[in-house]
Amino acid sequence: MSSKLNSRIPEGPVSEKWTKHKGTIPLVSPANKRRIDVIVVGTGLAGSSAAASLAELGYNVKAFCFQDSPRRAHSIAAQGGINAAKNYQNDGDSVFRLFYDTVKGGDYRSREANVHRLAEVSASIIDQCVAQGVPFARDYGGLLDNRSFGGVQVSRTFYAKGQTGQQLLLGAYSALERQVAKGRVKMYARHEMVDLVVVDGKARGIIARNLVTGELERHSAHAVIIASGGYGNVFYLSTNAMGSNVTAAWKAHKKGAFFANPCFTQIHPTCIPVSGESQSKLTLMSESLRNDGRIWVPAELEDAKAIRDGRLKPTDLPEEKRDYYLERRYPAFGNLVPRDVASRAAKERCDAGYGVNKTGEAVYLDFSAAIMRYGQEQANLKGMPNASEAEIRAMGTKLVESKYGNLFQMYEKITDENPYVTPMKIYPAVHYTMGGLWVDYNLMSTVPGLFVAGEANFSDHGANRLGASALMQGLSDGYFVLPYTVGTFLADDIRTGSISTDLPEFAEAENAARARFEGFLNAKGSTPVEVFHRRLGKIVWDKIGMARNEAGLKTAIAEIRALREEFYRDVKVLGGMMEMNPELDKANRVADFMELAELMALDALTREESCGGHFREEYQSEDGEALRQDDQFAFVSAWEFTDNDPGKATLHKEDLVFENVKLVTRSYK
Amino acid sequence: MNLTLKVWRQKNAQDQGSFATYQVRDISPDMSFLEMMDVLNEQLIAQGVESVVFDHDCREGICGMCSMFINGEAHGPDRGVTTCQLHMRKFNDGDTITIEPWRAQAFPVVRDLMVDRSAFDRIIQAGGYVSVNTMGNLPDANATPIEKHDADAAFDAATCIGCGACVATCKNASAMLFVSAKVSQFALLPQGQVEAADRVRNMVHQMDLEGFGNCTNTGACEVECPKGISIENIARMNREYLKASITA
Repeated sequence: MSSKLNSRIPEGPVSEKWTKHKGTIPLVSPANKRRIDVIVVGTGLAGSSAAASLAELGYNVKAFCFQDSPRRAHSIAAQGGINAAKNYQNDGDSVFRLFYDTVKGGDYRSREANVHRLAEVSASIIDQCVAQGVPFARDYGGLLDNRSFGGVQVSRTFYAKGQTGQQLLLGAYSALERQVAKGRVKMYARHEMVDLVVVDGKARGIIARNLVTGELERHSAHAVIIASGGYGNVFYLSTNAMGSNVTAAWKAHKKGAFFANPCFTQIHPTCIPVSGESQSKLTLMSESLRNDGRIWVPAELEDAKAIRDGRLKPTDLPEEKRDYYLERRYPAFGNLVPRDVASRAAKERCDAGYGVNKTGEAVYLDFSAAIMRYGQEQANLKGMPNASEAEIRAMGTKLVESKYGNLFQMYEKITDENPYVTPMKIYPAVHYTMGGLWVDYNLMSTVPGLFVAGEANFSDHGANRLGASALMQGLSDGYFVLPYTVGTFLADDIRTGSISTDLPEFAEAENAARARFEGFLNAKGSTPVEVFHRRLGKIVWDKIGMARNEAGLKTAIAEIRALREEFYRDVKVLGGMMEMNPELDKANRVADFMELAELMALDALTREESCGGHFREEYQSEDGEALRQDDQFAFVSAWEFTDNDPGKATLHKEDLVFENVKLVTRSYK
Repeated sequence: MNLTLKVWRQKNAQDQGSFATYQVRDISPDMSFLEMMDVLNEQLIAQGVESVVFDHDCREGICGMCSMFINGEAHGPDRGVTTCQLHMRKFNDGDTITIEPWRAQAFPVVRDLMVDRSAFDRIIQAGGYVSVNTMGNLPDANATPIEKHDADAAFDAATCIGCGACVATCKNASAMLFVSAKVSQFALLPQGQVEAADRVRNMVHQMDLEGFGNCTNTGACEVECPKGISIENIARMNREYLKASITA
């Protein structure tokens, strides 16, 4: 273990660590909380819930988001659901099973103590959200309904149709706005953090750009919480929102926060395939669809070709000529294998020539069997033993619509095809990043006073996140972890008094930020920012995407460095600094993605094993499954920014100790 | 296809603003409307003209950020979609498309097609919540069963994305659909009952303060709402408001 890393995992059995730790964290009295300021960057599930909860406790909170309202944060787009170990379905779920599934699903690269705490607080999240008036799906008895997600064999996912993220975020947003109304939270919308301010080794504020006026503002606090989401947009095309970016986290990294496991990125198996060159983003089709959809490609190469050429329709292909490859390869979990496994399997079939759209990069997600099954059920319930096939299909279609209606509609609007009649076409796309800023058990980074929550940290999902666990983690961090653990740092600050923004550290950070923005404007080159971002994305997708190898990663590093050099020389940004200028903001974000991309490649290069979303072609079994190297790589890679060059980052290792889950080869067969 | 775009350009809130006309060529019918706007912007940058500013983020119809008035309709000619989900196949080669920001006194223009919708946040601050702090020991989520019909209706109201299309569409620039959707969500759930009277009074009061107009039951908001929020919610809010006035 590196001497610079102290994970501060409490002593004792894993199931008692959190309770014991909570009982020993120093408290800050209500009178003293009023003298302490906390900055929260980002208002997704983690940021909103943290800001609201800390304000309720009495801290002075300043919250920042780059959107026009905190309600827009990209947590809102999460579709499928949120996990919790409630065992309402009486199917054998428990805190331990959720803990175990998450560690296993993460391919044994996460920290046991953090994951166990996540499983412990999961049930409270559901209670909290219901109390806030979040309208979860219910059954006819009025109780909460559940469904299944990938990588597990119980039904523990709570949902609100295909809009669970929206409903949870609006709950947290309401709680946040309630505190804004009370004056406990000062909300800064259309503001973006452009640097972290470190005073005497502690995080004491940020520099934010007012996106409407262009002004650089100094904001001080006793602690800073970064909850700015993941870095999936480094791939250019992803399911992230257009504005999602790594800048807040990257700036913190450059000021001393270690970046952990940057190469652990999640490619989600069920997204709408790329259709054209000018495509700006990809749209996810929820994993929940794999509860009822069956994934297949034609079994024969000539049938695949005929479909691609438009000579054959998928609905005309008989059952025996279809290859339900997930059911074939993984009979125990079938279509509900974890995301990394499902994505690689789709890529394998398409690489072998069985893809079903013009580009050859799509597989089918077929609901016809589910429609007929549900239709038959309805016919039985309604006492229609002689129902015709058309009647059964109509009833089944109605039921499928009630479960997934908004997703089917979304699909039809984008592709102009009716998924009730013809199977959906899907392909993997970048969706989530497990890597992020390194944090200890208290969610504090290597910069004292800088906490990191939600997707922005690395802590809970190892090398692969299970479906419906991102919402759980965001709300766990914000509602139930940070409100306690910030005390470990802030208890020493009750006599500090307010932090002055006249300190030289603030001036220095503000000047550096101004110089940087002016640099983009003064380059006066010939290529728009968007073109650089697209080129960066292609390098990252081709060489640091679903499959990686040594030669490719080395090429990627050289290409990224060259592109970065070209960017600073040739970028073209019009307009000025002191005005609303989205192109300038984009240049600032893309510049950071270009540095992060190199660190991702470096991390992927040094991790000589395959685990979860990180698949090194050199390390696979005979049948193409990922091969971990536990004796050498059971650690977290925490990178320290060194010599002002992302390529010269210093690696620190946090050894992972497994006391409660046995390290075995992950099998879903 | 080739298109003529008449786009509203306005430097800032103080600027008068005017239409500018641009041509775009070789637009694929599979592009989304915002991808077409991206093409326009790349073309403008190449010509040394500052790009058109517009709000957008998730580009999958859920964040509520995109907000264009296209050929006289909020979110354009398609139904049940936001601008980011509108596809160019809804237009024809040679069309002239007029693109404006939301127009309402309570939504001042920030720049070009971008408006300030913080009035909606302030309405939520006035009462769009259940007053419950974060607590680790709340009653179990299944302690209070909720009739499925009510839970589903609350969900339908809660799917409002706060985009403001209802305001932009209404000839009175009324925000009744937005406010009533939030009032309805809580009115239909047991958790919302305790503060029901104060909530509806305070939210309606804030709505009036912000300068939104009154509802005259034209129903246009319901037609243009990308999430299909029903005007039944407005009727429910009026009942709630009346109830609150009587019991006050």
